[in-house]
Amino acid sequence: MKRIVSFILVVLVTVGVMAYTSPGLLKDIRLGLDLKGGFEILYEAQPLEAGQAVTRESLTQTAKSLEQRANALGTSEPEVTTEGTNRIRLRLAGVTDEVEVRSKMKEPAELTFRSAAEDDEPGTYSKIELRGNEFVENGASVVYNSLNEPMVDIQVKDKEKFAEITKRLQGQPLAIYLDDELLSAPKVGQTLTDGKAQITGSFTREEANELRDTINLGALPLKLTEKYSQSVGASLGQLSLEQTIKAGIIASIFILVFMISMYRIPGVVASFALITHTWLVLAIFYLGDFVLTLPGIAAFILGIGMAVDANIITYERIKEELRSGKSILSAVKSGERISFRTVMDSNITTIIAASVMFWLGTGSVRGFAIVLIIDIVTSILTNVFFSRFLLNLLVKANLIKKPSYFGVKESEIRAL
Amino acid sequence: MRFKWDYDFIKISKYFYTFSIIITLLGILSLAIFGLNYGVDFRSGSNVDITASKSVTKEEIVPVLEEIGLAAEEPQISAGSDRISIRFPSVLNEEKESSLKASFNEKIDPEASFEVNTVDPEMAKELGRNAIYAVLLASLGIMIYVTIRFEWRFAVAAIVALLHDAFVVISIFSIFRLEVDLTFITAVLTIVGFSINDTIVVFDRIRENLRFSKIKTRTDLNEVVNRSISQTMTRSLYTTVTVFIASLFLFLLGGESIRMFSLAMVIGLVFGAYSSIFIASPLWAVLKGKQKPNHNNPSKTTP
Repeated sequence: MKRIVSFILVVLVTVGVMAYTSPGLLKDIRLGLDLKGGFEILYEAQPLEAGQAVTRESLTQTAKSLEQRANALGTSEPEVTTEGTNRIRLRLAGVTDEVEVRSKMKEPAELTFRSAAEDDEPGTYSKIELRGNEFVENGASVVYNSLNEPMVDIQVKDKEKFAEITKRLQGQPLAIYLDDELLSAPKVGQTLTDGKAQITGSFTREEANELRDTINLGALPLKLTEKYSQSVGASLGQLSLEQTIKAGIIASIFILVFMISMYRIPGVVASFALITHTWLVLAIFYLGDFVLTLPGIAAFILGIGMAVDANIITYERIKEELRSGKSILSAVKSGERISFRTVMDSNITTIIAASVMFWLGTGSVRGFAIVLIIDIVTSILTNVFFSRFLLNLLVKANLIKKPSYFGVKESEIRAL
Repeated sequence: MRFKWDYDFIKISKYFYTFSIIITLLGILSLAIFGLNYGVDFRSGSNVDITASKSVTKEEIVPVLEEIGLAAEEPQISAGSDRISIRFPSVLNEEKESSLKASFNEKIDPEASFEVNTVDPEMAKELGRNAIYAVLLASLGIMIYVTIRFEWRFAVAAIVALLHDAFVVISIFSIFRLEVDLTFITAVLTIVGFSINDTIVVFDRIRENLRFSKIKTRTDLNEVVNRSISQTMTRSLYTTVTVFIASLFLFLLGGESIRMFSLAMVIGLVFGAYSSIFIASPLWAVLKGKQKPNHNNPSKTTP
């Protein structure tokens, strides 16, 4: 009686949690570009000048600049990641003017020092005095004054030119621009003859570091070439999503009907475990903030097929044990024990294959591999442990009395 | 439902060996002569897929391409009822891409939706190389695992079977000129995973049956293999059928961009089950049969 109660409780709680959370999960799972439309570009970064190398720092800085640009263009949730030693992957969804975004992304940003021209409005500066490539590479550093306020030290290549500029602009602001954005407009205090200067302002430590990085890297430090691009229309993505989900639902119904007709009560338990499995994978996607792509959905649906395998292996084994004349309890026990090894071996080998895919793959292959791995691991939890736990509760509660509940006919049982 | 599978699998396996060898040879031949029909992911170039709201013919598209100077590249155009696919052998730059979209929307169908994939040649080569590494590395990893858990003969037989499956799918894609893209690699790798999964289940049973049997002659060995296959047959059949049907639904109803993936899966699944029974297990029997007799067989001493 106690076991029946705990069985019902476990099922009810599980159903409750799933029913309560599922709508939110389905709404909030991040979809890949192939499912919601958008575009993806893989850039290869090269140094601006020959002979220089692409450093980790410059690559990250470039990625950061790209992200800022994407944000500035008003795209939603731009996703910029670095890949390997010289690649940057950019994913943008919901872009209306793709051409503009693409060209804006690639053009090298320019760092300039400007002064006010005659007809400039107050606070704007249009006369370019110095360009980014006129600074000493890696010559900028953050220093602190006596009040522990951060300042940025810079060095220019041409001392005379800098002396001339600072002399001419004494007491006036020399503004620092990144593209057309004003970063800061410090006033020139005195003529600087040694090619060194300090940029002061009410910076936070972080702002000072950023400014230093920008100057050091000469704005967008790397040249970007498009190596791969994919753009998917929003309605097309929607269509793919609908089609694949429809296929998935039909496939799942088929699998559930198959399991129940072949294995009766254990089949019902397995079906329940499979539904829990599906929910768990979605929950992991939500919690881990993974992006679901089309190949991902495919892997997901196939993973359900593999989860079914774990149940089939176990139940076939239990059936065999029943046919050899064992009691239901001992048939379930030994069937589960013997099949456990097989299930683990076959799952681990598939995990090995998926790990290799993840390790070597890029983009969609990687996405596929992640889903497959998550799928297999959760499948072990739900379709091995959880479904066994439920089945054992039923068996021990003496609710499954006859071998026919497992789909075994009396006539098939060998007498001991 | 219960099936009786008391066949002499080892005996009939020689026909299947022949069958597999023929397919493999055909595959090698086809690959040597025609190669694979590479999609844009590998071949480099641009691939434009258009979903239109109405039926569009090839004749309607050509003038549009001519106008923006893209017809000179002799793109491959396949126009379906509402799905048009244009393949450009060279990379379409941003400007051309957008003018193609604009004039298609203007002249043919304002509601058309586009999917454009562009790959740089260098990148394409790298993707192909990585794919081969992935299959080899996955095989190696699996081989090590199986050798640790079983013995090297099982590992060798399993790897032969999985490479066979992967190659058969590649061959079929080559023979029927089906397009190979990035998702195809994913499919092949999944097939590798499935194939090994299936083989392991059969091997596991062989290993178990070995414990309780005294192997003196080759006939005893064959008998154990046959018995193990017939014991796991129902499971192999059920699992393959379920996953097969799931893939089939994906192939028939799933989105266009995973169609080739699903097709590869459907083919691979059938061969995955087939090779576990008719290639891997008999091959293991052959390898095991060559083992020097009179050795202190550790499998016998295990309780």
